[in-house]
Amino acid sequence: MIQEAFESTYHVLGRDFPNAGRVSTSIKDTLKRMGIHPLVVRRIAIVSYEAEMNLVMYATRGKISLRVSLDSVSINVDDEGPGIPDVTLAMEEGYSTATPEMREMGFGAGMGLPNIRRNADEFDISSHVGRGTRLYIRVIQAA
Amino acid sequence: MAQYHHSLRFDVDRCDGCMSCMRACPTAAVRVRKGRAVKLADRCIDCGECIRVCPHAAIVPLTDQMSDLSKFECKLAIPSPALYAQFDSEIFPSMIFAALKQCGFDDVESVSPACDAVSIATEIFLNEYRGQYPLISSFCPTVVRLLQVKYPELVDQILPVLAPREISARDAKIRKSKETGLPPERIGAVYITPCPAKIVAILEHPGMQYSNLDTAVSISDLFQTLAAAVSKVQEAEYRIDATESASGLSWAFLGRFPRSLPAENTLSVAGLPNVIRILDDMEKGRLRKYRYIECHACSEGCVGGCLTVENPYLARGKAIKLQQSLPAGCIADRHEVEAAYRRGEFLMDENLASRPLRPLDEDISKAIAKMKERDQILADLPNIDCGACGAPSCHAFAEDVVLGEAEKDSCIFFFQRELTERIEQLATLVRAQKQTIGGLT
Repeated sequence: MIQEAFESTYHVLGRDFPNAGRVSTSIKDTLKRMGIHPLVVRRIAIVSYEAEMNLVMYATRGKISLRVSLDSVSINVDDEGPGIPDVTLAMEEGYSTATPEMREMGFGAGMGLPNIRRNADEFDISSHVGRGTRLYIRVIQAA
Repeated sequence: MAQYHHSLRFDVDRCDGCMSCMRACPTAAVRVRKGRAVKLADRCIDCGECIRVCPHAAIVPLTDQMSDLSKFECKLAIPSPALYAQFDSEIFPSMIFAALKQCGFDDVESVSPACDAVSIATEIFLNEYRGQYPLISSFCPTVVRLLQVKYPELVDQILPVLAPREISARDAKIRKSKETGLPPERIGAVYITPCPAKIVAILEHPGMQYSNLDTAVSISDLFQTLAAAVSKVQEAEYRIDATESASGLSWAFLGRFPRSLPAENTLSVAGLPNVIRILDDMEKGRLRKYRYIECHACSEGCVGGCLTVENPYLARGKAIKLQQSLPAGCIADRHEVEAAYRRGEFLMDENLASRPLRPLDEDISKAIAKMKERDQILADLPNIDCGACGAPSCHAFAEDVVLGEAEKDSCIFFFQRELTERIEQLATLVRAQKQTIGGLT
Protein backbone atom coordinates (compact mmCIF):
# COMPACT_ATOMS: atom_id res chain seq x y z
CA MET A 1 0.00 0.00 0.00
CA ILE A 2 1.25 3.46 -0.85
CA GLN A 3 1.62 5.53 2.27
CA GLU A 4 -0.53 8.60 2.31
CA ALA A 5 1.62 11.68 2.68
CA PHE A 6 1.67 15.34 1.79
CA GLU A 7 4.95 16.62 0.46
CA SER A 8 6.20 20.06 -0.35
CA THR A 9 9.64 21.40 -1.21
CA TYR A 10 10.91 24.91 -0.64
CA HIS A 11 14.03 26.49 -2.08
CA VAL A 12 16.27 28.71 -0.01
CA LEU A 13 19.17 30.91 -1.11
CA GLY A 14 22.26 31.48 1.00
CA ARG A 15 22.73 35.03 2.35
CA ASP A 16 19.13 35.89 1.42
CA PHE A 17 18.51 37.59 4.75
CA PRO A 18 15.51 39.69 3.63
CA ASN A 19 13.50 36.50 3.00
CA ALA A 20 14.99 34.41 5.80
CA GLY A 21 12.27 32.84 7.92
CA ARG A 22 9.57 32.74 5.24
CA VAL A 23 9.91 29.04 4.57
CA SER A 24 9.50 28.08 8.21
CA THR A 25 6.46 30.39 8.49
CA SER A 26 4.96 28.74 5.43
CA ILE A 27 5.62 25.24 6.81
CA LYS A 28 4.06 26.20 10.13
CA ASP A 29 0.94 27.62 8.43
CA THR A 30 0.55 24.53 6.27
CA LEU A 31 0.70 22.25 9.32
CA LYS A 32 -1.89 24.35 11.14
CA ARG A 33 -4.26 24.15 8.19
CA MET A 34 -3.88 20.38 8.25
CA GLY A 35 -4.93 20.28 11.88
CA ILE A 36 -1.58 19.00 13.17
CA HIS A 37 -1.35 19.11 16.98
CA PRO A 38 -0.13 22.54 18.23
CA LEU A 39 2.80 21.00 20.13
CA VAL A 40 4.02 19.21 16.99
CA VAL A 41 3.59 22.46 15.02
CA ARG A 42 5.66 24.31 17.58
CA ARG A 43 8.49 21.78 17.49
CA ILE A 44 8.55 21.73 13.70
CA ALA A 45 8.43 25.54 13.64
CA ILE A 46 11.55 25.70 15.81
CA VAL A 47 13.35 22.95 13.89
CA SER A 48 12.57 24.35 10.44
CA TYR A 49 13.45 27.89 11.46
CA GLU A 50 16.85 26.90 12.89
CA ALA A 51 17.54 24.80 9.81
CA GLU A 52 16.48 27.58 7.48
CA MET A 53 18.71 30.09 9.27
CA ASN A 54 21.69 27.72 9.18
CA LEU A 55 21.14 27.37 5.46
CA VAL A 56 20.83 31.13 4.88
CA MET A 57 23.90 31.88 6.99
CA TYR A 58 26.32 29.23 5.75
CA ALA A 59 25.20 27.58 2.50
CA THR A 60 25.08 28.72 -1.12
CA ARG A 61 21.64 27.31 -1.73
CA GLY A 62 19.50 24.43 -0.63
CA LYS A 63 16.07 22.95 -0.27
CA ILE A 64 13.85 22.16 2.65
CA SER A 65 11.29 19.41 2.18
CA LEU A 66 8.27 18.88 4.35
CA ARG A 67 6.55 15.53 4.57
CA VAL A 68 3.39 14.99 6.55
CA SER A 69 2.25 11.41 6.96
CA LEU A 70 -0.41 9.87 9.15
CA ASP A 71 1.93 9.34 12.07
CA SER A 72 4.67 11.94 11.75
CA VAL A 73 5.99 15.16 10.29
CA SER A 74 9.49 15.14 8.84
CA ILE A 75 11.83 17.76 7.48
CA ASN A 76 14.70 17.08 5.09
CA VAL A 77 17.28 19.75 4.48
CA ASP A 78 19.78 19.38 1.68
CA ASP A 79 22.22 22.19 1.04
CA GLU A 80 25.11 23.02 -1.23
CA GLY A 81 27.77 24.73 0.80
CA PRO A 82 31.00 24.44 2.77
CA GLY A 83 29.82 21.48 4.87
CA ILE A 84 30.78 20.87 8.50
CA PRO A 85 34.31 19.50 9.12
CA ASP A 86 33.56 18.09 12.60
CA VAL A 87 29.90 17.21 13.04
CA THR A 88 30.34 15.97 16.62
CA LEU A 89 31.85 19.30 17.62
CA ALA A 90 29.11 21.22 15.78
CA MET A 91 26.50 19.34 17.78
CA GLU A 92 27.91 20.63 21.07
CA GLU A 93 25.95 23.38 22.78
CA GLY A 94 27.72 26.71 22.51
CA TYR A 95 30.01 25.67 19.67
CA SER A 96 29.69 28.19 16.86
CA THR A 97 31.53 29.34 13.77
CA ALA A 98 29.32 32.39 13.32
CA THR A 99 30.92 35.59 12.10
CA PRO A 100 30.62 38.78 14.16
CA GLU A 101 28.06 39.95 11.58
CA MET A 102 25.83 36.94 12.24
CA ARG A 103 26.19 37.40 15.98
CA GLU A 104 25.11 40.99 15.61
CA MET A 105 21.89 39.69 14.10
CA GLY A 106 21.28 37.57 17.19
CA PHE A 107 22.46 34.25 15.78
CA GLY A 108 25.53 32.17 16.38
CA ALA A 109 25.06 31.29 20.05
CA GLY A 110 25.91 27.73 19.09
CA MET A 111 22.43 26.53 19.93
CA GLY A 112 21.05 25.92 16.42
CA LEU A 113 21.89 22.26 15.84
CA PRO A 114 21.50 21.20 19.50
CA ASN A 115 18.12 22.93 19.50
CA ILE A 116 17.06 21.05 16.37
CA ARG A 117 18.09 17.72 17.89
CA ARG A 118 16.33 18.51 21.17
CA ASN A 119 13.03 19.08 19.33
CA ALA A 120 13.27 16.02 17.09
CA ASP A 121 12.19 12.45 17.78
CA GLU A 122 14.53 11.24 15.07
CA PHE A 123 17.55 13.20 13.93
CA ASP A 124 20.26 12.53 11.41
CA ILE A 125 23.02 14.70 10.04
CA SER A 126 25.64 14.06 7.44
CA SER A 127 28.06 16.46 5.90
CA HIS A 128 30.76 16.52 3.24
CA VAL A 129 33.30 19.31 3.40
CA GLY A 130 33.13 21.38 0.23
CA ARG A 131 29.85 19.83 -0.88
CA GLY A 132 27.15 20.41 1.66
CA THR A 133 25.10 19.17 4.58
CA ARG A 134 22.03 17.00 4.91
CA LEU A 135 19.66 17.01 7.84
CA TYR A 136 16.77 14.75 8.62
CA ILE A 137 14.31 15.46 11.39
CA ARG A 138 11.17 13.54 12.29
CA VAL A 139 8.58 14.46 14.88
CA ILE A 140 6.08 11.73 15.79
CA GLN A 141 2.43 12.71 16.11
CA ALA A 142 0.80 11.14 19.13
CA ALA A 143 -2.21 9.08 18.10
CA MET B 1 -19.32 25.22 14.62
CA ALA B 2 -19.22 27.39 17.72
CA GLN B 3 -20.96 30.74 17.52
CA TYR B 4 -18.67 33.69 18.04
CA HIS B 5 -19.73 37.16 19.03
CA HIS B 6 -18.74 39.90 16.67
CA SER B 7 -18.72 43.63 16.94
CA LEU B 8 -19.29 44.57 13.33
CA ARG B 9 -22.04 44.04 10.81
CA PHE B 10 -21.84 44.20 7.01
CA ASP B 11 -24.66 46.30 5.60
CA VAL B 12 -25.61 44.61 2.29
CA ASP B 13 -27.54 47.63 1.07
CA ARG B 14 -24.52 49.89 1.28
CA CYS B 15 -21.91 47.38 0.08
CA ASP B 16 -21.09 47.52 -3.61
CA GLY B 17 -18.56 44.70 -3.54
CA CYS B 18 -15.53 46.94 -4.10
CA MET B 19 -13.23 44.53 -2.21
CA SER B 20 -11.48 47.21 -0.14
CA CYS B 21 -12.30 45.34 3.07
CA MET B 22 -11.33 41.99 1.58
CA ARG B 23 -7.87 43.29 0.72
CA ALA B 24 -7.38 45.02 4.07
CA CYS B 25 -8.41 42.09 6.27
CA PRO B 26 -5.32 40.75 8.07
CA THR B 27 -6.85 37.33 8.72
CA ALA B 28 -8.42 36.74 5.28
CA ALA B 29 -11.88 36.74 6.85
CA VAL B 30 -13.73 38.51 4.02
CA ARG B 31 -15.01 37.11 0.73
CA VAL B 32 -16.99 38.89 -1.94
CA ARG B 33 -19.85 36.68 -3.07
CA LYS B 34 -22.52 37.78 -5.54
CA GLY B 35 -21.12 41.30 -5.47
CA ARG B 36 -21.37 41.72 -1.69
CA ALA B 37 -18.77 41.38 1.05
CA VAL B 38 -19.37 38.56 3.53
CA LYS B 39 -17.54 37.89 6.77
CA LEU B 40 -16.20 34.46 7.71
CA ALA B 41 -17.14 34.49 11.38
CA ASP B 42 -14.57 31.97 12.57
CA ARG B 43 -11.67 33.95 11.05
CA CYS B 44 -12.73 37.49 12.01
CA ILE B 45 -10.88 38.90 15.02
CA ASP B 46 -12.81 42.20 15.14
CA CYS B 47 -9.78 44.37 14.48
CA GLY B 48 -11.85 46.89 12.51
CA GLU B 49 -9.39 47.30 9.61
CA CYS B 50 -12.40 46.84 7.29
CA ILE B 51 -14.21 49.76 8.94
CA ARG B 52 -11.24 52.01 8.23
CA VAL B 53 -11.06 51.25 4.53
CA CYS B 54 -14.73 50.88 3.53
CA PRO B 55 -15.55 53.83 1.23
CA HIS B 56 -19.31 53.36 1.72
CA ALA B 57 -19.55 53.08 5.51
CA ALA B 58 -21.07 49.65 4.90
CA ILE B 59 -19.37 48.08 7.89
CA VAL B 60 -21.20 49.10 11.02
CA PRO B 61 -19.66 48.75 14.48
CA LEU B 62 -22.12 47.29 16.98
CA THR B 63 -21.41 49.83 19.70
CA ASP B 64 -24.35 51.36 21.58
CA GLN B 65 -25.76 54.83 20.98
CA MET B 66 -26.47 57.18 23.89
CA SER B 67 -30.20 56.47 23.42
CA ASP B 68 -29.58 52.75 24.09
CA LEU B 69 -28.33 53.53 27.59
CA SER B 70 -31.71 54.49 29.05
CA LYS B 71 -32.08 50.93 30.36
CA PHE B 72 -29.60 51.76 33.13
CA GLU B 73 -30.76 53.67 36.18
CA CYS B 74 -27.28 55.00 36.70
CA LYS B 75 -24.91 55.50 33.77
CA LEU B 76 -21.20 55.37 34.54
CA ALA B 77 -18.76 56.40 31.81
CA ILE B 78 -15.38 54.67 31.78
CA PRO B 79 -13.43 56.55 29.10
CA SER B 80 -10.48 54.98 27.36
CA PRO B 81 -7.44 57.25 27.90
CA ALA B 82 -7.43 57.49 24.08
CA LEU B 83 -10.42 59.82 24.46
CA TYR B 84 -8.23 62.49 26.10
CA ALA B 85 -5.91 62.43 23.10
CA GLN B 86 -8.73 63.42 20.75
CA PHE B 87 -8.71 66.89 22.28
CA ASP B 88 -6.00 69.53 22.42
CA SER B 89 -3.63 69.13 25.33
CA GLU B 90 -5.02 72.18 27.18
CA ILE B 91 -8.33 70.31 27.53
CA PHE B 92 -7.78 68.48 30.82
CA PRO B 93 -9.48 65.17 31.61
CA SER B 94 -11.54 66.94 34.30
CA MET B 95 -13.13 69.09 31.56
CA ILE B 96 -13.89 66.04 29.43
CA PHE B 97 -15.45 64.37 32.48
CA ALA B 98 -17.66 67.41 33.10
CA ALA B 99 -18.69 67.35 29.45
CA LEU B 100 -19.49 63.62 29.64
CA LYS B 101 -21.88 64.40 32.49
CA GLN B 102 -23.51 67.06 30.30
CA CYS B 103 -23.96 64.38 27.64
CA GLY B 104 -26.07 62.25 29.95
CA PHE B 105 -23.71 60.24 32.13
CA ASP B 106 -24.33 60.25 35.89
CA ASP B 107 -20.68 59.81 36.71
CA VAL B 108 -17.28 59.23 35.16
CA GLU B 109 -14.47 56.98 36.37
CA SER B 110 -10.89 57.59 35.29
CA VAL B 111 -9.01 54.49 34.14
CA SER B 112 -5.64 55.97 35.14
CA PRO B 113 -5.56 54.63 38.73
CA ALA B 114 -6.39 51.15 37.41
CA CYS B 115 -3.69 51.48 34.74
CA ASP B 116 -1.09 52.20 37.42
CA ALA B 117 -2.44 49.41 39.62
CA VAL B 118 -2.36 46.90 36.76
CA SER B 119 1.25 47.90 36.04
CA ILE B 120 2.14 46.99 39.63
CA ALA B 121 0.13 43.76 39.45
CA THR B 122 1.95 42.85 36.23
CA GLU B 123 5.32 43.41 37.88
CA ILE B 124 4.35 41.16 40.78
CA PHE B 125 3.12 38.48 38.40
CA LEU B 126 6.27 38.62 36.28
CA ASN B 127 8.51 38.42 39.36
CA GLU B 128 6.80 35.25 40.51
CA TYR B 129 6.20 33.63 37.12
CA ARG B 130 8.20 30.49 36.38
CA GLY B 131 6.66 29.39 33.07
CA GLN B 132 7.63 29.91 29.46
CA TYR B 133 8.67 33.34 28.25
CA PRO B 134 7.82 35.76 26.79
CA LEU B 135 4.40 36.68 28.14
CA ILE B 136 2.04 38.61 25.90
CA SER B 137 -0.11 41.53 27.06
CA SER B 138 -3.83 40.83 27.47
CA PHE B 139 -5.37 44.31 27.31
CA CYS B 140 -6.02 44.39 23.55
CA PRO B 141 -8.98 42.09 22.80
CA THR B 142 -8.06 41.81 19.12
CA VAL B 143 -4.60 40.50 20.01
CA VAL B 144 -6.14 38.00 22.44
CA ARG B 145 -8.50 36.79 19.75
CA LEU B 146 -5.73 36.62 17.15
CA LEU B 147 -3.83 34.35 19.52
CA GLN B 148 -6.89 32.18 20.21
CA VAL B 149 -7.60 31.73 16.50
CA LYS B 150 -4.21 31.70 14.79
CA TYR B 151 -1.68 30.95 17.53
CA PRO B 152 -3.42 28.44 19.81
CA GLU B 153 -0.14 27.12 21.19
CA LEU B 154 0.78 30.61 22.47
CA VAL B 155 -2.47 31.19 24.37
CA ASP B 156 -0.87 29.88 27.57
CA GLN B 157 1.60 32.75 27.34
CA ILE B 158 -1.05 35.48 27.54
CA LEU B 159 -0.56 37.50 30.73
CA PRO B 160 -3.49 36.47 32.99
CA VAL B 161 -3.76 39.96 34.53
CA LEU B 162 -7.04 41.81 33.92
CA ALA B 163 -7.22 44.89 31.71
CA PRO B 164 -7.41 48.25 33.54
CA ARG B 165 -10.87 48.98 32.08
CA GLU B 166 -12.25 45.93 33.90
CA ILE B 167 -10.69 46.93 37.23
CA SER B 168 -12.02 50.48 36.83
CA ALA B 169 -15.52 49.29 36.00
CA ARG B 170 -15.57 46.93 38.99
CA ASP B 171 -14.30 49.55 41.46
CA ALA B 172 -16.58 52.26 40.07
CA LYS B 173 -19.66 50.07 40.34
CA ILE B 174 -18.89 49.21 43.96
CA ARG B 175 -18.32 52.89 44.76
CA LYS B 176 -21.44 54.05 42.96
CA SER B 177 -23.58 51.33 44.49
CA LYS B 178 -22.52 52.49 47.98
CA GLU B 179 -23.16 56.13 47.07
CA THR B 180 -26.59 55.65 45.53
CA GLY B 181 -27.87 52.55 47.30
CA LEU B 182 -28.62 51.03 43.89
CA PRO B 183 -27.75 47.36 43.35
CA PRO B 184 -24.73 47.02 41.01
CA GLU B 185 -26.83 45.39 38.27
CA ARG B 186 -28.82 48.60 37.82
CA ILE B 187 -25.65 50.60 37.29
CA GLY B 188 -24.40 50.53 33.72
CA ALA B 189 -20.64 50.72 33.24
CA VAL B 190 -20.16 52.12 29.74
CA TYR B 191 -16.75 52.03 28.11
CA ILE B 192 -16.01 54.99 25.84
CA THR B 193 -14.19 52.97 23.26
CA PRO B 194 -11.69 53.67 20.49
CA CYS B 195 -12.44 50.34 18.75
CA PRO B 196 -15.19 47.75 18.26
CA ALA B 197 -13.10 44.93 19.73
CA LYS B 198 -13.95 46.02 23.28
CA ILE B 199 -17.58 45.09 22.56
CA VAL B 200 -16.49 41.53 21.87
CA ALA B 201 -14.42 41.56 25.06
CA ILE B 202 -17.55 42.58 26.99
CA LEU B 203 -19.76 39.95 25.32
CA GLU B 204 -17.26 37.10 25.49
CA HIS B 205 -15.26 38.15 28.58
CA PRO B 206 -12.23 35.96 27.76
CA GLY B 207 -10.52 34.74 30.94
CA MET B 208 -13.33 36.11 33.13
CA GLN B 209 -16.61 34.65 34.36
CA TYR B 210 -18.26 37.90 33.35
CA SER B 211 -17.26 41.40 32.32
CA ASN B 212 -17.66 44.29 34.75
CA LEU B 213 -18.46 46.52 31.80
CA ASP B 214 -21.98 46.45 30.41
CA THR B 215 -21.58 48.05 27.04
CA ALA B 216 -19.54 50.50 24.99
CA VAL B 217 -20.14 53.74 23.12
CA SER B 218 -17.64 54.73 20.46
CA ILE B 219 -15.49 57.84 20.66
CA SER B 220 -16.43 58.68 17.06
CA ASP B 221 -20.20 58.55 17.74
CA LEU B 222 -19.86 60.64 20.87
CA PHE B 223 -17.28 63.12 19.68
CA GLN B 224 -19.42 65.84 18.15
CA THR B 225 -21.76 66.21 21.13
CA LEU B 226 -18.89 65.86 23.54
CA ALA B 227 -16.75 68.51 21.82
CA ALA B 228 -19.67 70.94 21.94
CA ALA B 229 -20.11 70.25 25.66
CA VAL B 230 -16.37 70.61 26.32
CA SER B 231 -16.41 74.10 24.84
CA LYS B 232 -19.03 75.09 27.43
CA VAL B 233 -17.47 73.66 30.59
CA GLN B 234 -17.11 75.99 33.54
CA GLU B 235 -13.78 77.41 34.61
CA ALA B 236 -13.94 75.40 37.82
CA GLU B 237 -13.22 72.27 35.78
CA TYR B 238 -9.83 73.60 34.59
CA ARG B 239 -7.91 71.52 37.10
CA ILE B 240 -5.79 68.42 37.31
CA ASP B 241 -7.50 65.67 39.25
CA ALA B 242 -5.76 63.34 41.62
CA THR B 243 -7.18 60.50 39.54
CA GLU B 244 -4.96 61.25 36.54
CA SER B 245 -1.37 60.31 35.96
CA ALA B 246 1.08 60.50 33.10
CA SER B 247 1.75 56.77 33.42
CA GLY B 248 -1.96 55.98 33.24
CA LEU B 249 -2.36 58.01 30.08
CA SER B 250 0.58 56.20 28.50
CA TRP B 251 -1.58 53.08 28.16
CA ALA B 252 -3.33 54.73 25.23
CA PHE B 253 -0.31 54.58 22.97
CA LEU B 254 2.60 52.42 22.08
CA GLY B 255 5.40 52.56 24.57
CA ARG B 256 7.43 50.52 26.96
CA PHE B 257 5.19 49.02 29.58
CA PRO B 258 5.31 48.59 32.51
CA ARG B 259 7.73 51.47 32.76
CA SER B 260 9.54 49.82 35.66
CA LEU B 261 10.49 46.74 33.62
CA PRO B 262 13.96 46.81 32.12
CA ALA B 263 13.77 47.88 28.48
CA GLU B 264 16.19 45.23 27.26
CA ASN B 265 13.83 42.34 27.82
CA THR B 266 10.49 43.87 26.93
CA LEU B 267 9.13 44.64 23.48
CA SER B 268 6.38 46.98 22.30
CA VAL B 269 4.63 46.16 19.06
CA ALA B 270 1.77 47.96 17.33
CA GLY B 271 -0.18 47.34 14.14
CA LEU B 272 -1.56 43.91 13.29
CA PRO B 273 0.91 43.02 10.51
CA ASN B 274 3.74 43.75 12.97
CA VAL B 275 2.05 41.81 15.76
CA ILE B 276 1.66 38.85 13.39
CA ARG B 277 5.35 39.00 12.49
CA ILE B 278 6.38 39.08 16.12
CA LEU B 279 4.09 36.16 17.00
CA ASP B 280 5.52 34.18 14.07
CA ASP B 281 9.00 34.79 15.48
CA MET B 282 7.81 33.81 18.91
CA GLU B 283 6.47 30.50 17.60
CA LYS B 284 9.87 29.76 16.10
CA GLY B 285 11.45 30.16 19.51
CA ARG B 286 13.26 33.40 18.63
CA LEU B 287 12.09 35.58 21.49
CA ARG B 288 12.86 33.49 24.55
CA LYS B 289 15.18 36.09 26.03
CA TYR B 290 12.29 38.55 26.28
CA ARG B 291 10.03 38.48 29.29
CA TYR B 292 7.11 40.58 28.19
CA ILE B 293 5.69 41.73 24.88
CA GLU B 294 3.17 44.53 24.73
CA CYS B 295 0.99 44.07 21.65
CA HIS B 296 -1.47 46.62 20.24
CA ALA B 297 -3.55 45.70 17.19
CA CYS B 298 -3.81 49.32 16.05
CA SER B 299 -0.84 51.30 14.84
CA GLU B 300 0.36 53.63 17.61
CA GLY B 301 -1.89 51.79 20.09
CA CYS B 302 -5.43 52.68 21.20
CA VAL B 303 -5.06 56.25 19.88
CA GLY B 304 -5.04 54.58 16.45
CA GLY B 305 -8.35 52.79 17.04
CA CYS B 306 -10.74 52.77 14.08
CA LEU B 307 -13.48 54.47 16.12
CA THR B 308 -11.42 57.52 17.05
CA VAL B 309 -11.53 60.81 15.16
CA GLU B 310 -8.01 62.27 15.40
CA ASN B 311 -5.06 61.18 13.29
CA PRO B 312 -3.24 58.67 15.56
CA TYR B 313 0.12 60.42 15.29
CA LEU B 314 -1.36 63.79 16.22
CA ALA B 315 -3.33 62.10 19.01
CA ARG B 316 -0.16 60.56 20.36
CA GLY B 317 1.55 63.95 20.23
CA LYS B 318 -1.32 65.54 22.14
CA ALA B 319 -1.27 62.76 24.73
CA ILE B 320 2.47 63.24 25.29
CA LYS B 321 1.93 66.98 25.73
CA LEU B 322 -0.94 66.39 28.17
CA GLN B 323 1.29 63.98 30.11
CA GLN B 324 3.64 66.87 30.86
CA SER B 325 0.89 68.60 32.84
CA LEU B 326 -0.02 65.44 34.77
CA PRO B 327 1.69 64.05 37.89
CA ALA B 328 4.58 61.85 36.79
CA GLY B 329 4.49 59.33 39.62
CA CYS B 330 2.34 56.27 40.09
CA ILE B 331 -1.03 57.12 41.66
CA ALA B 332 -1.78 53.61 42.86
CA ASP B 333 -0.77 52.52 46.36
CA ARG B 334 1.69 49.65 46.02
CA HIS B 335 0.74 47.99 49.33
CA GLU B 336 -2.96 48.19 48.58
CA VAL B 337 -2.45 46.79 45.10
CA GLU B 338 -0.28 43.98 46.41
CA ALA B 339 -2.90 43.06 49.03
CA ALA B 340 -5.66 43.07 46.38
CA TYR B 341 -3.41 41.06 44.07
CA ARG B 342 -2.98 38.41 46.79
CA ARG B 343 -6.75 38.25 47.05
CA GLY B 344 -6.81 37.45 43.33
CA GLU B 345 -8.52 40.70 42.38
CA PHE B 346 -6.21 41.41 39.46
CA LEU B 347 -6.12 37.97 37.93
CA MET B 348 -8.32 36.26 35.37
CA ASP B 349 -10.63 33.77 37.02
CA GLU B 350 -11.17 31.51 34.02
CA ASN B 351 -8.84 29.71 31.67
CA LEU B 352 -8.27 31.40 28.35
CA ALA B 353 -9.15 28.78 25.79
CA SER B 354 -7.74 28.61 22.31
CA ARG B 355 -10.12 28.16 19.43
CA PRO B 356 -8.05 27.37 16.39
CA LEU B 357 -9.45 27.72 12.90
CA ARG B 358 -11.15 24.61 11.65
CA PRO B 359 -8.47 22.77 9.65
CA LEU B 360 -9.05 21.52 6.09
CA ASP B 361 -10.23 18.32 7.72
CA GLU B 362 -10.32 16.93 11.25
CA ASP B 363 -9.21 13.56 9.91
CA ILE B 364 -5.49 13.62 9.18
CA SER B 365 -5.64 11.35 6.14
CA LYS B 366 -8.39 13.50 4.60
CA ALA B 367 -6.42 16.64 5.51
CA ILE B 368 -3.41 15.20 3.67
CA ALA B 369 -5.56 14.55 0.58
CA LYS B 370 -7.09 18.02 0.74
CA MET B 371 -3.72 19.74 1.15
CA LYS B 372 -2.46 17.88 -1.94
CA GLU B 373 -5.55 18.99 -3.80
CA ARG B 374 -5.00 22.57 -2.65
CA ASP B 375 -1.46 22.56 -4.03
CA GLN B 376 -2.69 21.11 -7.35
CA ILE B 377 -5.32 23.86 -7.64
CA LEU B 378 -2.77 26.49 -6.65
CA ALA B 379 -0.51 25.33 -9.50
CA ASP B 380 -3.32 26.14 -11.96
CA LEU B 381 -3.84 29.64 -10.60
CA PRO B 382 -1.95 32.77 -11.70
CA ASN B 383 -0.70 33.57 -8.16
CA ILE B 384 -1.17 37.28 -8.59
CA ASP B 385 -3.88 37.65 -5.92
CA CYS B 386 -6.08 39.80 -8.18
CA GLY B 387 -9.16 39.18 -6.04
CA ALA B 388 -11.56 38.92 -8.97
CA CYS B 389 -12.75 35.52 -7.73
CA GLY B 390 -13.89 37.12 -4.47
CA ALA B 391 -11.07 35.70 -2.32
CA PRO B 392 -8.18 37.83 -1.07
CA SER B 393 -5.45 35.58 -2.50
CA CYS B 394 -4.97 32.62 -4.83
CA HIS B 395 -3.95 30.72 -1.73
CA ALA B 396 -7.23 31.49 0.06
CA PHE B 397 -9.19 30.74 -3.11
CA ALA B 398 -7.55 27.31 -3.51
CA GLU B 399 -8.53 26.49 0.06
CA ASP B 400 -12.09 27.68 -0.53
CA VAL B 401 -12.34 25.39 -3.57
CA VAL B 402 -11.05 22.41 -1.58
CA LEU B 403 -13.54 23.17 1.18
CA GLY B 404 -16.35 23.36 -1.39
CA GLU B 405 -16.97 27.03 -0.72
CA ALA B 406 -15.97 28.28 -4.17
CA GLU B 407 -15.94 26.99 -7.75
CA LYS B 408 -12.65 26.77 -9.59
CA ASP B 409 -14.31 28.48 -12.59
CA SER B 410 -14.58 31.67 -10.53
CA CYS B 411 -10.92 32.29 -11.34
CA ILE B 412 -11.09 34.32 -14.56
CA PHE B 413 -7.61 33.18 -15.60
CA PHE B 414 -8.37 29.53 -15.12
CA PHE B 415 -11.77 29.97 -16.78
CA GLN B 416 -10.31 31.75 -19.81
CA ARG B 417 -7.73 29.01 -20.28
CA GLU B 418 -10.38 26.31 -20.00
CA LEU B 419 -12.59 28.20 -22.44
CA THR B 420 -9.77 28.62 -24.97
CA GLU B 421 -9.07 24.89 -24.80
CA ARG B 422 -12.74 24.07 -25.30
CA ILE B 423 -13.00 26.45 -28.25
CA GLU B 424 -9.93 24.89 -29.85
CA GLN B 425 -11.39 21.42 -29.34
CA LEU B 426 -14.63 22.61 -30.88
CA ALA B 427 -12.79 24.20 -33.83
CA THR B 428 -10.95 20.94 -34.49
CA LEU B 429 -14.27 19.13 -34.44
CA VAL B 430 -15.83 21.60 -36.87
CA ARG B 431 -12.87 21.28 -39.27
CA ALA B 432 -13.15 17.50 -39.23
CA GLN B 433 -16.88 17.76 -39.85
CA LYS B 434 -16.32 20.16 -42.78
CA GLN B 435 -13.90 17.74 -44.40
CA THR B 436 -16.47 14.96 -44.17
CA ILE B 437 -19.16 17.18 -45.65
CA GLY B 438 -16.64 18.40 -48.26
CA GLY B 439 -16.12 14.80 -49.34
CA LEU B 440 -19.82 14.38 -50.01
CA THR B 441 -20.32 17.43 -52.18
